[in-house]
Parts: sequence; C-alpha cells; structure tokens
Amino acid sequence: MIPATHIIELTYLIAVVLFVLSLKWLSSPATARHGVWAGEVGMLLAIVGTLFYRGIVDYKWIAIALVLGAIIGVPLGNVQMTAVPQRTALSHAFGALCVTLVGTAEFYLRAPNISRFMMSILSLEVILGGLTITGSLMAAGKLQEILPQRPITYKGQNFVNLGMLAIAVAIAVYLVLNPDAMHLYPVMVGIALVFGVMMIIPIGGADMPTVISLLNSYAGLSAAAMGFVLNSKLLIVAGSLDGASGFILSVNMSKAMNRSFTNVLFGAFGQVAPAVAGAVEARNVRSATPEEAASILSAANKVAIIPGYGMAVAQAQHKVRELYDALTKRGIDVKFGIHPVAGRMPGHMNVLLAEADIPYDKLLDMDDINGDLPQTDVALVIGANDVTNPAARTDPSSPIYGMPILDVDKARTVMVIKRSMSPGFAGIDNPLYYLDNTLMLFGDAKQFVNSIVRELTGTGGHG
Amino acid sequence: MVTTDLYNSLYVFILAAFIGFEVIRKVSPLLHTPLMSLTNALDAIAVVGAIILAGEHKSTLAAVLGTIAIVAATSNIVGGFIITDRMLKMFKSSRTQKP
Repeated sequence: MIPATHIIELTYLIAVVLFVLSLKWLSSPATARHGVWAGEVGMLLAIVGTLFYRGIVDYKWIAIALVLGAIIGVPLGNVQMTAVPQRTALSHAFGALCVTLVGTAEFYLRAPNISRFMMSILSLEVILGGLTITGSLMAAGKLQEILPQRPITYKGQNFVNLGMLAIAVAIAVYLVLNPDAMHLYPVMVGIALVFGVMMIIPIGGADMPTVISLLNSYAGLSAAAMGFVLNSKLLIVAGSLDGASGFILSVNMSKAMNRSFTNVLFGAFGQVAPAVAGAVEARNVRSATPEEAASILSAANKVAIIPGYGMAVAQAQHKVRELYDALTKRGIDVKFGIHPVAGRMPGHMNVLLAEADIPYDKLLDMDDINGDLPQTDVALVIGANDVTNPAARTDPSSPIYGMPILDVDKARTVMVIKRSMSPGFAGIDNPLYYLDNTLMLFGDAKQFVNSIVRELTGTGGHG
Repeated sequence: MVTTDLYNSLYVFILAAFIGFEVIRKVSPLLHTPLMSLTNALDAIAVVGAIILAGEHKSTLAAVLGTIAIVAATSNIVGGFIITDRMLKMFKSSRTQKP
C-alpha cells in the first residue's frame, strides 16, 4: 500500500505541472482552451488528493461548502461579457477572503506558540489579503456603478492612507516580537480592511486596469504567503504564478499610461485639472452625418477602428461587427487598434470584439497598428478619448504627456464618434478633435454605427 | 527542521516566480482578460488549506472559518474556469471562420 501522504504529494506535484502548462498554453488563442482543461484537471486532482488527508475527521461541512461554492460560482461564471471587469474584481475579493480566513484560523490555532518568521509571513498574508478583500469589493462596486465612479479626494488623503498602512505594519512587527498580544491581531486585520476601502476611494475609472492588475498581484502574493505558513509547495507555486501575472499586467498598464504605481495609487488622476480646463479656446470643429461618413468609408482602402470604453458602455460591439462585415465585403481592409488601457481591465476590448465574432487576427495592439496608421485612409475612433490624444506626444504641459498613444492623427482622415464635445474621463481636452483631417460624428456610438451600416448596405437595417 | 522547510519554500517561491514571469510574458495581450480569470481560478487552490482546516476540526473557530473559506475559493474555481472557457471559445481566427 502506498501511504496517503505519498498520494497527496503526488497529486500536488502533477497539479503544479498542469498549472504551469495551463499558463503556457494560454500564450496563443489556438491552444488556450487546452490551458483551461489542464487547469481544471490539476485542480480536481489536488482537491481529491487533499480529501485523502488523514487528519480529516469530518467530511460533512467540506461537502456542504464545496457544493455551496459551486452553486455561487456557476452564475459568476456566466455573467455577460460587459460585466467581466467587475466579476474579476469580485473574484479577487473571494480569493483574498479565503486566504485571510485561513490565515486567521491558523493564527488562533498556533498563537502564542508561533515563530517570529511564521508570524511575519502570516501578517503579510492577512494584511495583503485584508486590503485586497475590501479594495476589490470597492473596485467591483465602482465598476458596477453602485458606487460613484469619480475619484473622491480630500486634503491629507495620502497622509491618512500611508499612516494607516504604517500602523498595520507596526502592529504586525509588535505581534512578531510579542505573539502573546493576541488581542492586537483583530486590530491589525481591521486596519488592513479599512485601508483597502481608503485606497480605492481616490481611484477613477480610467485607472481601473492598473488597479485590478495590482489587486490581482496582491491576491497572488497573499496566497503564496499562505503557502509558506502551511508549508505547501503547491500553494506557493500557484500563488507566485498569480502574483507574477498580476505584476506583469500592472507594469504593462502603468507603462501604457506612462505612470508609476505610486502615481496611480496616490495620484487621483480623474479630477479635472483647473489649469488645463481654463486654457480651452473656441476652435473650429468639423462634423459629419452618417451618410457622409459612409461615403468616406466606402472610398477607403484601409480602415482602422479604434474602440474604447465608450463602445462597451453603448454596447456597440455587435453593430461594429456589422460595420466590419459591410466594409470587408467591399474589399476594404479593416483592422482594429487596441490600446493596452482601453476599457476597464487588461484585454477588455479584445474580449468584447471576440464576443461579436470579429476574428482575433484583426485585433492589433498599439505598436502594430501605429506602424500601419500613416498608410491608413480612415481611422474611426469609437468611444476612445485619452488614448488617442496627440497632446501626449506634443504638449509637455499636458497631464498625459509622455503616455504612449494610438497615432490616429496620422491617418488621412480621422472620424470620432462621440456624444458631445465634453472632455474625457481624465478631464483633458483632446486637440485631435480640432485637426483639419478630423471629422466629428456626434451621437450614440451604437446608433451612429448602425446608421453608417444602413447607408453602406443600402438596406433598411434592423434596430 | 524549520529552517530547512523555510529554505525549501523560498527555493520553490523564487523558481516559481521566474517560471511565472517567463511563461506569462509570452501570453498575447489579446488574452489578458482570460489570463487574469484563469490565474484567479488557479490561485483558488488555496481551497486545499481551507479543506484541511474545516476537516481537522481542531477548534470551532478554525472549522467555521475554513468552511467559509472553502465556499469563497470554490466559487472562484467554478466561476473562473467557466468564464475563462467561455471567453476563449469566442476567439476565432479569420482562417478558421466561416466566410
């Protein structure tokens, strides 16, 4: 007979291999679904292996909890694609909740007989976990628009936030040195929970891609810390993979906004900068009707469509697909240019366009489309603003100066679908709209695209 | 004994982080949303720690916290894998697509 511990360790070892393969297969859309399969098998093996653990005396609550979790998980896996950012934020909160609860249980089982090293790691686990729970819930609330999306700032905000974090760390240090001061543990976790809320209060919608990635990284790191506490290599590997993924995405997002992590967390970007707002003068804007837009598009050879969060809000992705079909049928080359921070989470636009059945090889990232734009006849901007703002290249006084942008202004004609001339989320005026080669298409993204499609296909359209 | 465990854990952590960076850097930006939901589901492997807590029943508090932790992690596993697969199913190349 093979002892149970060997069976458990073997299932964990296989699970680790499958988890790494799972992420490796995600490198290309062609093999990505194998990745999900590998992850599922690895997970199932690890869970079944764990059930063989000798120390388990009672299976009743495990079974009930597994079933209950699955019942909650199914609807969370079947949300609409437009709700994916808030679902992701919510799942970071659940992951961190699990880690924090396990850490707390371990603390009360072991304290005060807990080594200094163990207590340090455990504190790291529950502080990161605690702030990720409430921080992610706040982010999900903002994305779901239950909470106001505008950043809320007050005087001394950074001082208050950093002060709170410092107190939590100080308590952690005290607990490491004096593990019998057990009454301080709930205070430490409580402060971490409040800090999570305060950390997200000043964050605006445009910063969500970075913040979600950071929270992802924290959730992973806290799980890895839990692996140290439980001496579980499986958990350390899964946690560091998740942490690494969140970290890489955060770095990508920050680079795409030309900002540092600290600037995202402490910058409160979303307020309207008064100096910039005052500098706006009356300038000429040229606008066009759907008929004019359609005739310009049909005369083009190469068209680049630039989607932004406005397309997601207007749910215009299916109409955009009809436009893509109508143009492609006429032999026009249509590509999509996607900025890394377009939308509310990394890759948000790609998922929405894939949902609308647009082939993924037509979705180009910023560097690829920027090489094409000078040879493009029409760049059609749908619901994107700051990521197309040429001031980021030319105006050192602009708050977004230095941010890499999609060079739509280099296309022969630029068309921008926009509700009105109001500034974008960051409150920054966009000189693109006043260029000689720019035409403004005023209206709702979905309706305007629909009108263009009707003109192009010559049919009555449907809705 | 404790220090050996610690160093073993640190080796695993560092090597896994390196593998993570190398593997994830190669993920196309196209798939960054599914990447996040998949790593989130994998991260919910923390459920194994929760299962042991709930099953060992060393104290009522530990069993209760462990049980809640199982619910939270399982919902991430189930929800995370479902939505990742739904998203990946939608990504089609123009070569494989019907005309």
